[in-house]
Amino acid sequence: MASFFDLKARRAGAANGAASNGGKQTNENTRVQPWVEKYRPKTLSDVTAQDHTITVLERTLQASNLPHMLFYGPPGTGKTSTILALAKELYGPELMKSRVLELNASDERGISIVREKVKDFARMQLTNPPAGYKSKYPCPPFKIIILDEADSMTQDAQSALRRTMETYSKITRFCLICNYVTRIIDPLASRCSKFRFKSLDQGNAKKRLEDIAKLEDVGLEEGAIDALIQCSEGDLRKAITYLQSAARLVGAGNTKTSTGDGDDDETGMDVDKKLVSVKIVQDIAGVIPDDSIQKLVQAMRPTSGGETYQGIAKVVEEMVADGWSAGQAMTQLYQAVVYDEKIPDVKKNKIVMIFSEIDKRLVDGADEHLSILDLALRISGILTAK
Amino acid sequence: MALIVDKHRPRSLDALTYHDELSERLRSLAQSGDFPHLLVYGPSGAGKKTRIVATLKELYGPGVEKIKIDARVFQTSSNRKLEFTIVSSVYHLEITPSDVGNYDRVVVQDLLKEVAQTQQVDQSARQKFKVVVINEADHLTRDAQAALRRTMEKYSPNLRLILLANSTANIIAPIRSRTLLVRVAAPSHQEICEVLAGVAKKEGWPVVKGLHERIARDSGRNLRKALMAYETVHAQNEKVTDTTPIPPPDWEGLIGLMARQILEEHTPARILQVRSMLYELLSHLIPATTILKTLTFKLIPQIDDALKPEVIKWSAFYEHRIKTGTKVIFHLEAFVAKFMRILEMYLMSMDM
Repeated sequence: MASFFDLKARRAGAANGAASNGGKQTNENTRVQPWVEKYRPKTLSDVTAQDHTITVLERTLQASNLPHMLFYGPPGTGKTSTILALAKELYGPELMKSRVLELNASDERGISIVREKVKDFARMQLTNPPAGYKSKYPCPPFKIIILDEADSMTQDAQSALRRTMETYSKITRFCLICNYVTRIIDPLASRCSKFRFKSLDQGNAKKRLEDIAKLEDVGLEEGAIDALIQCSEGDLRKAITYLQSAARLVGAGNTKTSTGDGDDDETGMDVDKKLVSVKIVQDIAGVIPDDSIQKLVQAMRPTSGGETYQGIAKVVEEMVADGWSAGQAMTQLYQAVVYDEKIPDVKKNKIVMIFSEIDKRLVDGADEHLSILDLALRISGILTAK
Repeated sequence: MALIVDKHRPRSLDALTYHDELSERLRSLAQSGDFPHLLVYGPSGAGKKTRIVATLKELYGPGVEKIKIDARVFQTSSNRKLEFTIVSSVYHLEITPSDVGNYDRVVVQDLLKEVAQTQQVDQSARQKFKVVVINEADHLTRDAQAALRRTMEKYSPNLRLILLANSTANIIAPIRSRTLLVRVAAPSHQEICEVLAGVAKKEGWPVVKGLHERIARDSGRNLRKALMAYETVHAQNEKVTDTTPIPPPDWEGLIGLMARQILEEHTPARILQVRSMLYELLSHLIPATTILKTLTFKLIPQIDDALKPEVIKWSAFYEHRIKTGTKVIFHLEAFVAKFMRILEMYLMSMDM
């Protein structure tokens, strides 16, 4: 306790602690990082599967001129990664701080912020790069303001940007990132060159996942990658998150970490290396097992007795109690029904209408049990009708 | 004296009785050192919270159980002051942002950033990060969820989130893709019976198999409800046997009565009577969705099979209206009126 007040001793102690920890720190930090961050593309050429966009951007990189940009596309396709990688290549680590302003939905972005913070940054004159720095990085004479998740900005805040974008276009470029381009007001969209990020196709996603699995030393069973891609629906971030969770589950990678820092209590955790199987992946992704869905489909089919209520009610009740999410149930049921060749097209038309209505209800927050029950009963009604 | 629900709540992962595979998974996550963000979902009374608390204990040791309650004041951009309670220990925070309604975004932004930007000072702490448990995550507004997105990535060295929700339908896709989904299924009847038997042993009550099974069936696979019912039975009766009646909660009894009245007579006068009951339920803060759902499932067994899909259809329809509308009583009454009409029409067509 005495040493607590003794500044000198404390400082020495802290230095000691830092010295003994220092070497390990970086190692540990990368370990606890989510893989999504760890394997975020470092350069433009690392970005997977957005060939068109990347070629355009790389050309601008050489020309050292950039338009205002608007990136849009579904989640997990590399929008944020691309702009971050581009900024890094343009400015290098030292100038990143003074030349790039990143704002996202977690920051306050009301109209006042656009007026003050964004405008101030946009107005700021450029600092000169240190001597010799310019040979390594292009350091073009403008700053970049990244407005991530721009579709959650209010209309007012967006309109406040309009003139700002033009006035300071000599020294500032804007990059807006959003999922839904329709939520960006037209005047803003027309000031930007738009880049669409398409969903990742099978091949590219597969390659990336395989690379990561190899780097992280995760054993994969046959077909596990395909299951990952299927469950993630083109969202690479989701796929990587699933992969990491699956890896934790089977205990892969643990062997490596426990040798890295012996003071952790994990040494006893060394498990025989198991493989990530299709089942584990589906488990993590919350995919409902096929037989549950089949049971529901079976219950919906018209029976000789003509009455299907009891059967359907029972299956639905079980599904709800098992905690399956209604959205997932709908997606899978949709797959099962729409691709069923025994159902005539006219009926399918009607069924799809119901799906759309129930989906809207679920998004509005309606009760899952009632909605799914209603869905199943109405489909069953259509199937029975002559 | 604590309720048996709390008294016999399992405190550690070892003590959890069902979903062994899930408990094992949580344990391996807690021990692996790189704990992910979690989104725990499942029906109520399935044991989501219990599992999370047990996982936290596994992560940090018994220190998590020393909790204190703070009241914090937040200021919105329009200078309104919000009172907000936080349950916290040295290692974790527990918040229910939906308490502050539409202003939950402010809380999420301010609080999480504050937590995320402070590092764990205690060198001896087991984990470098703090955990923030967010209750009722499915009631978070879109804005608040959007605010979570980047925070989750940017501050991941200092912060882990555990979101608790009843369903994932209202959670936006970007959040879902950043978290590990953990599904907690409701316990099966068998499992509820086992828990009840275990509690009976601890309390020194006789194990009555038949009663346990009936409670399990009545509870709709909701363990909390089952335990409450079990305690009520024991509080009301000195000796319990297989046939001891299980008293339903008052509100459920009232809804049952309402269902009987609706079936008896289909007149405007009866709707008026029903309305007074609906008002009484609402004034006791029974959620409108619960009323509608219970009423529907009480009515369903009493009517003809041919009518059932129709009734469910309207029930789902008005439930949706309740969620999007503002005055719940309108929609509840509309459902009652609709039901009477459907039934009356059906009976008339039978007569002819």
